[in-house]
Amino acid sequence: MTVDQVRTVPAAPTTQARLRKLLLGRDAAIIGLFLVVVLVASFSVDNFSTSTTWYFLFLDVFPILLIALPMTLIIIAAQIDLSVASMLGLSSVLVGALYEQGWSLGAAALAALVVGALGGALNGFLVTVVGLPSLAVTIGTLALFRGLAVGILGTRAVTGFPSGAQDLVSARFAGTGIPVVMAVFVVAALGFGVVLHATATGRLVYAAGLNAEAARFAGGRVNRLTFWLFVASGVMSALAGVYWTLRYGSARGDNAVGLELSVVAAVLVGGVSIFGGRGALPGVIAGVLLIGALRSALRLADVSSDVINVVTGVLLIATVVGPGLVARARGATRRPGTRSSVGAVD
Amino acid sequence: MTWFSRRSLRTATAATALVLALAACTSGSPDDSGTSDAAGGDDGGDLSITFLPKNLGNPYFDTSSKGGAAAVEELGGTFKEVGPTEPTADGQVSFINTLTQQGVSAIVLSANDTSALCSSLDSAREADIKIVTFDSDVDAECRDLFINQATAEGIAKVQIDLIAEQIGDAGQIAILSATANATNQNAWIEMMKEDLAANHPNIELVDTVYGDDDDQTSFDKTAALLQSYPELKGIISPTTVGIAAAARYLSTSTFKGKVALTGLGTPNDMRDYVEDGTVTAFALWNPEDLGYLAAYAAAAMVDGTITGAEGDTFEAGKLGDYTVDADATVLLGDPYVFDADNIGDFDF
Repeated sequence: MTVDQVRTVPAAPTTQARLRKLLLGRDAAIIGLFLVVVLVASFSVDNFSTSTTWYFLFLDVFPILLIALPMTLIIIAAQIDLSVASMLGLSSVLVGALYEQGWSLGAAALAALVVGALGGALNGFLVTVVGLPSLAVTIGTLALFRGLAVGILGTRAVTGFPSGAQDLVSARFAGTGIPVVMAVFVVAALGFGVVLHATATGRLVYAAGLNAEAARFAGGRVNRLTFWLFVASGVMSALAGVYWTLRYGSARGDNAVGLELSVVAAVLVGGVSIFGGRGALPGVIAGVLLIGALRSALRLADVSSDVINVVTGVLLIATVVGPGLVARARGATRRPGTRSSVGAVD
Repeated sequence: MTWFSRRSLRTATAATALVLALAACTSGSPDDSGTSDAAGGDDGGDLSITFLPKNLGNPYFDTSSKGGAAAVEELGGTFKEVGPTEPTADGQVSFINTLTQQGVSAIVLSANDTSALCSSLDSAREADIKIVTFDSDVDAECRDLFINQATAEGIAKVQIDLIAEQIGDAGQIAILSATANATNQNAWIEMMKEDLAANHPNIELVDTVYGDDDDQTSFDKTAALLQSYPELKGIISPTTVGIAAAARYLSTSTFKGKVALTGLGTPNDMRDYVEDGTVTAFALWNPEDLGYLAAYAAAAMVDGTITGAEGDTFEAGKLGDYTVDADATVLLGDPYVFDADNIGDFDF
C-alpha cells in the first residue's frame, strides 16, 4: 500500500498529463465553485458586481492568501503550523513598538521579518531536531508568540503610522478593484507555485507527506525541507503582520486572533488533504477567494454573522468530506487497489 | 456530489471561460452588469440607520440596539443591526466597507479600536455616510459625533447621593474599587471625596480597598472591610464586578440589610440582590436610552439639523432636547438609577 502510494508521486509528469490534471482535478472543482458563487452573487446580490467589492475582498483575504502559501506546502508535507496568527500578531506589535522607539518603518518591518524567520526556525528546530509533532509544537508557539505580543504592548495599541505607507497598502491599480499589494502576493505565489509544482523540492514535499520514511530511504532530505518550510511560514506570517499593521493603522497584541483556523480552513477547502501528500496551490488560492467571496456576498445580502459562519462551516465540511464520499462510492465499483488514487489530484 | 463527476467538470470548465470574460467586464465597468443597482449612495431621501456594535450576542448591545430600533421606527426610517461575532476591529472594518457599498444614511457604532477603523470610516464619510459613535469612541477626526453615556462628575455624584440617602447622610463608609492604578476609578474616587467634604460633613470615608475587578478578591475584600470596621454603614463599589461580589457576600451574611451597598452595576448581575433586599438602588447609564439618543442624533446629522458643531441643538423624541458639546460630543445625561421598581424592565 505505502509502496504503491510513493510510486504515485510523479517523477516528471508530461505537459499533457498536467493539463488534464488541471482541468479535471479537485482544483478545477474548487475554481468552478468559486466562479459559480461569483456569478450567482453578481446577479442576485445588490452592489456585489462592482470593483469595490473586489477591492475590499482582496484587502480582507490578503493576509490569509500570504500565509496559505507556505501552509499549503506544510500540510502537503503532513505537518501543520498553528502559530501563524500569533506570529502575525507578534510581528505587528514589533513593527509598532520599534516604530514608536524611533526606528524607521522599513527597519521595523525588516526586524519583524527576521523575528518571523527566527520564530519559524524555532518551530522547525523543535519538529525536526527534537522530533516533536508539529501539532503540539505549534500549539505551544501559538501561545508563546501571542504571549510575547501581548506582553510587549499590554492592552495598548500603537497608532500614528506614516500616512504614505498606509495609503500605499490600500492603494489600487488605477481603474480597477485590485489593490497594489496583490502584486506582492502574485510574486510570492509564483515562487511557491514553481517550487511546489516544478522542482525536485516540490516532489519531495509530496513524498514527505505520503510517506516520510520512504522518502528518506529514497535519499530525500525531509528534515531539512521541513525546517525551511517552517521558516518560510514564519516569514510569510510576519509579512502579513506588517501588512495588517499598516492596513488597520493599529499595532496591538490581539491582532488577528484565531486567523490560523481561517488559513487552515481555506487550505482544506482548496483541496489539500489534512493527512498530507495531496493538494495544489491553484486550488488553495481559489479556496481562499471562494470563502472570501461567499462571506462578502452574504454580508452584502444582509445575512447575519452567525449564519455566515454556519455557511462557511458547512462549505468546509462539504468540500473536505465530499471528495472522500465520491472516492468511496467509486472505489466500491472498481478494483480495491486503485482506491487510494481515485478522486485525488494525482 | 454530482458536480464532482468528470463530465460536469468539463462543462464547468467550459462555463469557466465564459464567466471569466463576464467577470472581467463587470469589474471594469460596474454599469453594464445588468441587475446591480447604482453602487453606493442611494440618496433618495430614505433614512437608513445601521447599528454596528462591538459584537453580536452581547446583552448590553442588544439593549442599545433595541433603543435605536425604537427611535428609527419613530422617525420612519429603516433600522438594521450588523456586526461581527467576535469583538475585533478587522471584523468591524468588513462591515463598515459593506455598509459603504450599500449606501446607508448613517452608521451608529461602538468601536473595538480607536484608530483601526479610521480608514474605512473615512471612505464611508466620503460616500456621505454619517458616523455616530457611542459607548466606545474612535479618534475624534474619524467620526461626526460621539454620544457620551455619562461624565465623571455625574458618575461620582450619583453614587454619593445614593449612599447618603441610604445611610441617612451620616456614618462610616468605604469604597471597593477595581485596581489601584485604574485611571477612571481613581478619578471618580477623587471627585467623590471632594463631594463628601463639601456637601456631606457627617459621612466619613474610612477606607478604599481594591478587588482588582476579580470576583473572588472583591468578595474577600468585602468580608475584610466588614470585620475591620464594625461601625461601617455603607459600601460604594464603582465597578460592576466589585458591586456584584460585595452583594453576594452581604446577602448571605448577618450584615444584610444593615450595611448599605451601592455603586455601578448591571441589572442582570444585581437583580437577585435588589429583589432579596441586600441592595436598594445602584447606578449606571441606560443603554436603551443611549441607543435611542444615538439614532436620533444620527438622523439629525443626516437631515442637516446638526453638523456636529458646538451649540447645535436637536430634538430626541421622548428624551427631549439635546445640545452638541465641544469635540462633537453629546451627553446622554445623569446616570440612571436602578431600583426594585424598574429593574424588571431591563435585561443586560
